[in-house]
Amino acid sequence: MLLHPPVLALLVVSSLVTAGLALGVPFALRVVRHWDLASGSERQVRLERGTSLVSAVLGLVLAAQALSLGLFVFAAESLSSQITGAMCATGTLNATPFGFPALGLKVALFFGAAVWLALDRLDRDGDDYPLVRGKYALLVGLAPLAAAEALLQFLHFAGLSPEVITSCCGSLFSVEGAGVAAEVAGLPPGPAMAAFYLSGALVLALAARTWWTAGRGGAVLGAGAALGAAAVTAFAAALAGVVSFLSVYVYESPHHHCPFCLLKGGYDYLGYPLYSALFAGTACALAAAVSGPFARVRSLALAAPRRAARCAGWASVLLGAFYLLSTWAVLRSHLGLFP
Amino acid sequence: MLARQRYLLDYTLAALLRRKGRHLSLLLVYGALVFALASVLLFGSALRREARALLQDAPELTVQRLVAGRHDPIPAAYLAEVRKIRGVAAAEPRLWGYYYDPASGANYTVLVPATDPPPAGSARVGRGVARSRGLAVGDVVAFRDARAEPLPLRVTHLLDPASELLTADLFLVAEGDFRRWLGVPEGLYTDLALRVRNGREVRTVADKVTRALPDTRPVLREEVARTYDAVFAWREGVGLLLLCAALFAFAIFAWDRASGLSAEERREIGVLKAVGWDTGDVLRMKLWEGAVVSLTAFLLGYVLAYAHVFWAGAPLLAPLLKGWATLYPEFRLVPHVEPAGVLALFALTVVPYTAVTLVPTWRAAVADPDAVMRGAQE
Amino acid sequence: MIRLEDVRKAFHQGSPNEVWAVRGVTLTIEPGSVTVFRGPSGSGKTSLVSLVGCLARPTSGRVRLGDRLVSALPEKFLAELRRRTFGFVFQQFHLVRGLSVLENVMLPAYPEAPPYAELRARAEGLLGRLGISDRAGARSEWLSGGEAQRAAIARALVNDPQVLIADEPTANLDTERSRDFLEIVAGLKAEGRTVILTSHDPLVCEAPLVDRVVPLRDGRVEGAA
Repeated sequence: MLLHPPVLALLVVSSLVTAGLALGVPFALRVVRHWDLASGSERQVRLERGTSLVSAVLGLVLAAQALSLGLFVFAAESLSSQITGAMCATGTLNATPFGFPALGLKVALFFGAAVWLALDRLDRDGDDYPLVRGKYALLVGLAPLAAAEALLQFLHFAGLSPEVITSCCGSLFSVEGAGVAAEVAGLPPGPAMAAFYLSGALVLALAARTWWTAGRGGAVLGAGAALGAAAVTAFAAALAGVVSFLSVYVYESPHHHCPFCLLKGGYDYLGYPLYSALFAGTACALAAAVSGPFARVRSLALAAPRRAARCAGWASVLLGAFYLLSTWAVLRSHLGLFP
Repeated sequence: MLARQRYLLDYTLAALLRRKGRHLSLLLVYGALVFALASVLLFGSALRREARALLQDAPELTVQRLVAGRHDPIPAAYLAEVRKIRGVAAAEPRLWGYYYDPASGANYTVLVPATDPPPAGSARVGRGVARSRGLAVGDVVAFRDARAEPLPLRVTHLLDPASELLTADLFLVAEGDFRRWLGVPEGLYTDLALRVRNGREVRTVADKVTRALPDTRPVLREEVARTYDAVFAWREGVGLLLLCAALFAFAIFAWDRASGLSAEERREIGVLKAVGWDTGDVLRMKLWEGAVVSLTAFLLGYVLAYAHVFWAGAPLLAPLLKGWATLYPEFRLVPHVEPAGVLALFALTVVPYTAVTLVPTWRAAVADPDAVMRGAQE
Repeated sequence: MIRLEDVRKAFHQGSPNEVWAVRGVTLTIEPGSVTVFRGPSGSGKTSLVSLVGCLARPTSGRVRLGDRLVSALPEKFLAELRRRTFGFVFQQFHLVRGLSVLENVMLPAYPEAPPYAELRARAEGLLGRLGISDRAGARSEWLSGGEAQRAAIARALVNDPQVLIADEPTANLDTERSRDFLEIVAGLKAEGRTVILTSHDPLVCEAPLVDRVVPLRDGRVEGAA
């Protein structure tokens, strides 16, 4: 089913992203090998100028990845009417073994690009490019990720056919089913909710603390790793929480666990603000986490805390909005608080 | 940070206005591409919605009899068999068929409505038929029946124009007239329409039908919908694929545009860098320029496409996507914009444009700041 | 204080048409002084002021601004330095066509993004000081040579730089206008700014306000070892 408009659009985006990163790799290798700031040679000047292109490319990759995430779920949703047994996006994603892995890689690439950009902005604040080698080594790592994502996505759409009988969210995210998705759906709502709010409180507290101390120029040593770990944990717990209890409250149907149906009009498009806040907030938290520790580098002593503080501030606001919105969705539900 | 972006945007807008002519042609080509793509997408998705809406009233399960692998009239006796199957809420026989009218050279669909059939000797007629034969309410139209004898029918109603996609070629007649006209003997029907008590059991019921009546074929509404969907999406895809060639041409055009900066513009960038703009500032300024051009072209193309599809009835696309009936229905599609469609269109136009113009833009932005000085000397 | 230490600059390095425009210059420029780089065309004086003004990085050697080593700074920081510390008046003035004189004057401040009203007032003040207030709304390509130079000087001063660099400032002016220019320079010197000129015009080189003339030939300071 490659000749479907959103699918064509996705393939165009993923090939552009892959091409952009792939073209960056030889440049990155040159930087790692030949970078010498002390030299005023034309090669060094060319390398330095190249970095501004790579930054712009990565900025676009991040934007394209956000667009592509939305479009991917949309495409899955609209294709579901053509696939036997699929009633929503879950069914389409589940129709080939590549659907969910492709989605996972998209998410990973989104956060990868966000972290890279955070490092890049920070690097440019220092007058001696303190992070340039590490940054470009990381870029070499992102390129295969993009290629794998493009490949899996292609295989997924190429493998979709109306004859494939797939299981839809009803069976995949049902308590009785087997597999990771079903296990997540089958989590008892009480502990899932506890994990959701505890990890949320932790990441909010750490982000707020980073914002507070770093904003006053204080050192945030150690907080970087803690904040990063908390952000990742909270992200995972948030997704699990959406599947295990939030969806149930929103749909007001005890056996409907699908995380994608939240994006439908029938549920006030709640998924859009919810997922936007979660993804953007987590990206900001990760950016703060990777920026903070570089306060130890001489040329970043001022810039690193400032950037960390700004990112952490945004992370607090966005993640706070996510948890408030989730809580509101639970409270307004006609389903009892602990069904 | 924001104030800086505002200054850059300000400068960009001034620069765009200074070079109106140059950007106007780009805007026209870009807008035309968005228009073409958006027309295909909007029209395709509107047609699919329409078809889906029509099918909503169709029976969940239709039972046809097969003889020699072809659809054959079904005996009334089968009705009783089907009604015995558990899970079937209701079963009705249906009479419908096609009639080729040599006078207008078109195929009509002739149907006996299940409820409130017209009295014998009269017909309710679709607008497409009425147009082609110049019929009005009260006119009498005569056809030859199956024995070549004249069958006069008085037109009592024209069908609602809102449903024209479905009803353009429709004749609603009484059962007796139908049998005489198309030669279907008493006791035979075209097919059986089934309502199933529980939506989830459609497949089970279909299974039971084939076991009870081995020479029949059950058709699921879901399957029909999927086929329609796939056919429309496929045609839309082919249309898009054709436009991909246009997209490619546009990409080359945009690349050429972005790399072929005039000496004047190059000098201007050189001056900006010499007076203290950073490469990043110039790059951002240029990206703003691209964003302004893209958004203008996108809005322009999309609004025009919307008007083209929903107000004008997509005259430029109808042959490609509709061509399924001899009588072209002249109907208004229900305006509807899907966020997915907008995103897909964005991904198909703005993303490639930005990607293609990025490298030439960057090349212009990294101009040597001292080039202005050297230019004066050399 | 600006200090150059054995500064060299090559173009097209590594290719057959490699040129060394500056071949080892060591030089100190005192703050508040007026310095002229004098030499025939091709002597490297324009390349040298480009290095001094952070428009380019030397291929080798060091450039210090005060106690800061600027020759190894990334381009982004050079641009910032250029914006805040130096003002440039180019030989062809290089005003941006199609923009008004006032907009041209405000251009170098855009990346700094000061409040608009403040920036506008600053630019108008400079135009007034240079006596071309009445031309503020005119498009830059409608100016006469003398007016264009004043507009270019106003643009160079909009970020209140410490150092003004002018490349062949009198090349396109008649004697009277050249005298006017020297008067403006005298005013800047009186404010304590450093002025660096390139010229082979005797009117400039022999002007009494010039503190020092650096003769250049073939990319070296003449008379230096």
